[in-house]
Amino acid sequence: MEMSFISYLINGLSLGSVYAIIALGYTMVYGIAKMLNFAHGDVIMIGAYMALIAMSQAGLSPVIAVLIAIVVCTVLGVVIERVAYKPLRNAASSLSVLITAIGVSYLLQNIALLVFGSNAQTFPSVIKWTGITLAGGQISISGVTIVTIVVCLIIMAVLVAFVQKTKPGQAMRAVSEDKGAAQLMGINVNGTIALTFAIGSALAAVAGVLYCSAYPSVTPYTGAMPGIKAFVAAVFGGIGSIPGAFIGGLLLGIIEIFGRVYSSQLADALVFAVLIVVLLVKPTGLLGKKIQEKV
Amino acid sequence: MKKVMSKAMNKTTKNNLITYAIVIAAFVIMQTLIATGSVPSLIEGIMVPVCIYVIMAVSLNLVVGILGELSLGHAGFMCVGAFSSAFFSKCMKEVITVDALRFFLAMLIGIAVAAVFGILIGIPVLRLKGDYLAIVTLAFGEIIKNLVNVLFIGKDSNGFHFSMKDVMALDMEPDGTVIVNGPQGITGTPQDSTFLIGFIMILISLFVILNLINSRDGRAIMAIRDNRIAAESIGINITKYKLMAFTVSAALAGSAGVLYAHNLSTLTANTNNFGYNQSIMILVFVVLGGIGSIRGSVIAAVILTLLPELLRGMQDYRMLIYAIVLIAMMLFNWAPKAMEWRERHLRFGRKKEEAGE
Amino acid sequence: MALLEVKNLGISFGGLRAVNAFDISIEKQELYGLIGPNGAGKTTVFNLLTGVYRPDSGKVLLDGEDITGKKTIDISKAGIARTFQNIRLFKQLSVLDNVKAGLHNKHHYPTVSGILRLPSYRKVEREMDEQAMELLKVFDLDQVAQVTASNLPYGQQRRLEIARALATEPKLLLLDEPAAGMNPNETGELMDMIRFVRDEFKMTILLIEHDMKLVSGICERLTVLNFGEVLSQGATSDVLNDPQVITAYLGE
Repeated sequence: MEMSFISYLINGLSLGSVYAIIALGYTMVYGIAKMLNFAHGDVIMIGAYMALIAMSQAGLSPVIAVLIAIVVCTVLGVVIERVAYKPLRNAASSLSVLITAIGVSYLLQNIALLVFGSNAQTFPSVIKWTGITLAGGQISISGVTIVTIVVCLIIMAVLVAFVQKTKPGQAMRAVSEDKGAAQLMGINVNGTIALTFAIGSALAAVAGVLYCSAYPSVTPYTGAMPGIKAFVAAVFGGIGSIPGAFIGGLLLGIIEIFGRVYSSQLADALVFAVLIVVLLVKPTGLLGKKIQEKV
Repeated sequence: MKKVMSKAMNKTTKNNLITYAIVIAAFVIMQTLIATGSVPSLIEGIMVPVCIYVIMAVSLNLVVGILGELSLGHAGFMCVGAFSSAFFSKCMKEVITVDALRFFLAMLIGIAVAAVFGILIGIPVLRLKGDYLAIVTLAFGEIIKNLVNVLFIGKDSNGFHFSMKDVMALDMEPDGTVIVNGPQGITGTPQDSTFLIGFIMILISLFVILNLINSRDGRAIMAIRDNRIAAESIGINITKYKLMAFTVSAALAGSAGVLYAHNLSTLTANTNNFGYNQSIMILVFVVLGGIGSIRGSVIAAVILTLLPELLRGMQDYRMLIYAIVLIAMMLFNWAPKAMEWRERHLRFGRKKEEAGE
Repeated sequence: MALLEVKNLGISFGGLRAVNAFDISIEKQELYGLIGPNGAGKTTVFNLLTGVYRPDSGKVLLDGEDITGKKTIDISKAGIARTFQNIRLFKQLSVLDNVKAGLHNKHHYPTVSGILRLPSYRKVEREMDEQAMELLKVFDLDQVAQVTASNLPYGQQRRLEIARALATEPKLLLLDEPAAGMNPNETGELMDMIRFVRDEFKMTILLIEHDMKLVSGICERLTVLNFGEVLSQGATSDVLNDPQVITAYLGE
């Protein structure tokens, strides 16, 4: 009983790490562009397909495949922002950009559907390492799990340092506080927002590869659910907060894995219930801050 | 002064009458074609779904276009209406043998239950705004769908039995029958839905929504949409009117669910019929028909449901095209640059129109 | 007894005392001005009076009724209406519907009556139409009653906002920089109109304004706010000649 508890916990941390990486992308984009990028999850799916093609059709090594996925997703993210979101940045209705993002999500899914077909394709394992066993073989931790958790920790540490210590990072914080003022201070707002999308999408590619390594299949709809759940994680942790996305992701992963012990339908319901409770009780999440509307 | 006003009255009334006329004409033409046997059975078979989608689109437009909040959980209310009414119909199959009466009661129950869910979900949800509201409605929609999938209800000589686990857990006497069977849903619902009933429900939905919009309450709802702070400052009860729009919308979605449940022999809740993808599909209809335009929603729902059936080869590209049109329309209608461009190039047309009023 | 009686009103945001120990007393049918440099807390006072913010000290009495800390909707019902510095109209509604929205709490019929178009719907809507048109006529907006509010020129939008506020039949009307963005000609017309509203509707008006010509032209008494505190208070000419006020405005 205790052993299975520990292995659930580790699985939860692994899934949660993937959510955390996706949530980091969500939270940065939301913090800076003030929009819910509904298509973020589908960028994950594109990343997974890219890595899949690079490995199984071009026969490239996993490392190069991951790099290709990152490059493609980064470009994709920047293009999406440029073409679909930027023109609506100052639109009168905030709904317009959300609906557009939904349109982009649909577009990516259906392009994938036409190109790759609707059948699930097996995702080759990127991480060959079989992992470790503990407690005399009672607990085994797969290589994917360990790599996922480690990668997530590294990403989070790098991002925090980037945002706190570097010039572009400071620009991001400035833009997220006040776009107009940042512009007046000579910050390139368009460039900063594009950079944010680039980083978020690169993270999505990494998340895509890790997610599909843990659950080894890809379909055009692979990214949708993890994408939405990662948004829940970002809200849970406090939207706009990098450590918040990390903590929110981990907690959500653990909640979901324990929920699945009972039923996977209920696990999903549980994840969404978390979102509802957080938004109603503490809309700013665990680590977010409050903003007041100006009259 | 009298003249100005009566003209205005005529304009809205005329507009609404055109909408009714389009719906009635479409129904009459379709019925005639079906009667003369010139409609392929495939098309005849989707007339009830077309009605369902029209009601869904029109009712979602009340929330998105008139109240100005984005709901991504509309299919959840349809699900509630479908399951509650199917449950009733199945239980009452032997008790009420007059089909019309049983279906009428099922319709009332589906609408009422969906309305109650609209209130229960609306109270917490409507405290939120914008993106958060949208994502929470999505969450509620998914929760409804997921819970229905783990719901087991059976009936035996001792009465009803519930479980969230499996059929065995219902612990029924040997004479018991399973009514709601988890992921297998409800089977054997009487197929009472017809094109005529669907058509009547469309007319009722239009009547309720169009009249609501053009009343004191509708004005309050639109005032909140246009400027919440100003609406509050003139004493409009924000919560009450938001909830009203949300609940009416949910109730009508419930009626669409009743039609849906009684059009199939087996009712299950899955990603395609009651998931958020369905909610987004309805949203696509609303956006392409024009946010806030009830007539547009009707037309978009009909065309976008029929088109893929008529052009079978297009099926693969259907969603792709929807996606592109959706993005293009949002950019064209809302991007400040595009608005400026329209202002400059289409100004002449607009001026003329206004002068003509 | 004064119509509006405010004692020791105050609010802090974070560590900042935005408004402190604010007192004011306005008589029925008075035209009262609230002036002060940018950021002095004038709009915050309006937001406190209308329940947008909840004061953390002080008392507000309207016609003897304690409305301190009440919600905006209840304060509207108690009888305070306002306009906004940055115009807030119901942009997609017609001019007529903007005013009819203002009449919302003055005319009632059940929702069902509206949906089923029962006689009470027709009767009440007709009354609302008539009353709204009368009001629009006063503001010379009756000819554009069917125009969508966002298509009105700036000056008409300002007037419509006042008409909408008056539709709630308030005891006290708050105008937040009504002359902002107007040329001297338009300001002159606005001054006539504000006087007319006061006389015709027997209205008590408190207005925030930067245009000194308007303030000295129509306000009977003034309160000057500086750094959230009352700097000077009294008859218009006295206040405007107060050396402290001159310093605050022109600097040392």
